[in-house]
Amino acid sequence: MPDWEDIIEVVLLQNYNTRLVVLSTTLLGIAAGLIGSFLLLRKRSLMGDALSHATLPGVAIAFAVMVSLGGTGKALPGLLLGATLSGVAGLFTMLLIRNTTRLRDDVAMGFVLSVFFGIGVASLQMVQSLPGASAAGLESFIYGKTASMVQSDFHLIAVVAGVASLISILFLKEFLLLCFDDAYASAQGWPTFFLDVLLLGLVTAVTVIGLQAVGLILIIAFLITPATAARFWTQRLLPMMLLSAGIGGISGWLGASISALTPDLPAGAVIVLVAAALFLLSMLFAPPRGVIPRLMRQYRLRRKVDRQHFLRAAYEILEDSQSGDVVSNSPFSFAHLRAKRTWSLRKLRHILKIAKREDHLEAADPGMLRLSEAGYGEAARVTRNHRLWETYLIHYADIAPSHVDRDADLVEHILGPELVHELEDFLKQDSISTPVPPSPHPTSNENSPS
Amino acid sequence: MNWTSFDTWIVVVGALCAVACALPGCFLVLRKMSMMGDAISHAVLPGLAIAFLITGTRASVPMFFGAAIAGVLTALFTQWIARFGNVDRGAAMGIVFTTLFAIGLILIRQAADKVDLDPGCVLYGALEMTPLDTVGSTDIPRAAIVNGGALLANLAIICVLFKEFRLSAFDGALADTLGYSSQFLHYLLMTMVAVTTVAAFESVGSIIVISMLIVPPATALLLTRKLPAMLMIASLAAAGSAVIGHIGALVVPAWFGMDATTTSGMIALAAGVLFTLAWLFSPTEGIVVKRFRRGKVEIEDRVSPAI
Repeated sequence: MPDWEDIIEVVLLQNYNTRLVVLSTTLLGIAAGLIGSFLLLRKRSLMGDALSHATLPGVAIAFAVMVSLGGTGKALPGLLLGATLSGVAGLFTMLLIRNTTRLRDDVAMGFVLSVFFGIGVASLQMVQSLPGASAAGLESFIYGKTASMVQSDFHLIAVVAGVASLISILFLKEFLLLCFDDAYASAQGWPTFFLDVLLLGLVTAVTVIGLQAVGLILIIAFLITPATAARFWTQRLLPMMLLSAGIGGISGWLGASISALTPDLPAGAVIVLVAAALFLLSMLFAPPRGVIPRLMRQYRLRRKVDRQHFLRAAYEILEDSQSGDVVSNSPFSFAHLRAKRTWSLRKLRHILKIAKREDHLEAADPGMLRLSEAGYGEAARVTRNHRLWETYLIHYADIAPSHVDRDADLVEHILGPELVHELEDFLKQDSISTPVPPSPHPTSNENSPS
Repeated sequence: MNWTSFDTWIVVVGALCAVACALPGCFLVLRKMSMMGDAISHAVLPGLAIAFLITGTRASVPMFFGAAIAGVLTALFTQWIARFGNVDRGAAMGIVFTTLFAIGLILIRQAADKVDLDPGCVLYGALEMTPLDTVGSTDIPRAAIVNGGALLANLAIICVLFKEFRLSAFDGALADTLGYSSQFLHYLLMTMVAVTTVAAFESVGSIIVISMLIVPPATALLLTRKLPAMLMIASLAAAGSAVIGHIGALVVPAWFGMDATTTSGMIALAAGVLFTLAWLFSPTEGIVVKRFRRGKVEIEDRVSPAI
């Protein structure tokens, strides 16, 4: 285990090499997180995957050209230029396939990925045999060499990541339009093709610098995972982008730090795992769109609907069993309640248990049920709301009285008290003077389907 | 060019593998899941590593099962994240395969003292070496048996379930309402892809797999709108790429004054060339044909301007 001093040294970035690696991966994470948001919304997350494979032929060809010009063939600017050019070539092939055939994005991406990668592997193998130059280590271009990063790598990453982030913020409005409605954007006169190329050009730039620094898999993960994780937390683009950049940055920083502290863990892989863990947390727990909060919301709504169904059924039983305008609270039989709706025995027992816990039911003789004072009041309120909705729907939405029960049921559980007050105004009824209006349709079993 | 029986076997193995991939690939392309092959080919790494760590050998049977399980899990996790998290399927796929690959890398690094199992050898494979590894005393390479088996299995499954696959590829909801579970068919297809991928991997490397899953079906899709014809054309294009690719690997490097190159890369390139031909000259979709047809209409308009 690393001891305390090591941890402090890494966290405070005291070691020169660690500082380079951590800062580079953090910057890359931020830039890729920003751009990845647009890719995700454009449903092109795997573009980074395709483009990163498409850079390989450029690397091999750049190497061959530089060797034939008399160099060692491993000058970084030359290799990067080759990678960028061939990435751009892949990009245009993709857009061309998409625009001139009926094949879709995924086929275009898969085509470019596999064919370009095939060409890359074939040409790498060929340039291996060039006289006077060793091509060994060119493959590491696609697997990255995080640990052996030098100052010039860091400068390159900082500049490209900074420019890419700046452009994506300057073009925020245009990219937003492009992501959500590209047809509208082009109808408004925006150059959508140019914007598309610009966006994917940014992806290519980040991919190329990321590739040689941290490797293929990491850069793909950086473009996809933070943005997808951020999507769970918000519905708005700007917060999502900032969050995505934050998640990317944190993954880069934390992953690289952990990797620096433990000798046997490759930085790229650890960063991917940190990002994946953040994604998993977001997917499960993010309040707006996470899985568990959503399930809880659904459960709560279901319980509310069950309770309201039970109370209304009880009130209607009381109403049916008594003549006269005033309905009073009295015991009724379990069998009667069960016949009122199509609920299973188990479900009904469950509903009654919850009702007892909420003090809507009082103790009564075996086989009989009796609403409590609170339960009776709530039952009257629920029934009243239901009937107000029914009346409203019959009068203003022209729904037949025999169908209105179900339609009112669809809205009444979700709409809040303010709407009920509006409804009362509409129906010119005073909420105090009329306790519960009579049902606009018969309430016996066969006429209440829901 | 110096053609030996080795070259024949290389072409045979390559063609078997290519056709075995192209068949399920047609359905992947139709279901808009072309990138699944790429995802699976990266995601099998932890399966290989775990199989190695458990058994301690590089025997191919445990490796095969480890990889196949990892491949099916990729499809499963992708489906879960896409469904429960409401995430775009491409993004879900990307997250799953990068994570699995990272886990695989770490596992391999942990085992690195004991084994030479580098990610590169998983991804590249060596088609040229397959004729050396023969079955018993015959000349038949083991890879030909493995990939031939995968091809026969895929062919059998597709023939038996052709109707169901067709229905669920074009209208999953209708398939469900008619009582054919499109979920089941989806996972069956994913299992086929995973098993084929892994079978091919070991012998020929992942480049052939990824390209053959996508490019020949895409070529066929440009040439026809009928599923049986598409399967047929895709198989032909796949086998053709294997032949052209190997010949290319022998001939092309000489043009640049270099030694031979990898056949698998050239097969991917050959598939790309066939696709480009279809893209340009397809009777219904081809760019050139469309351009020509548009020109003809304009001329006709000019010849008979007033009707």
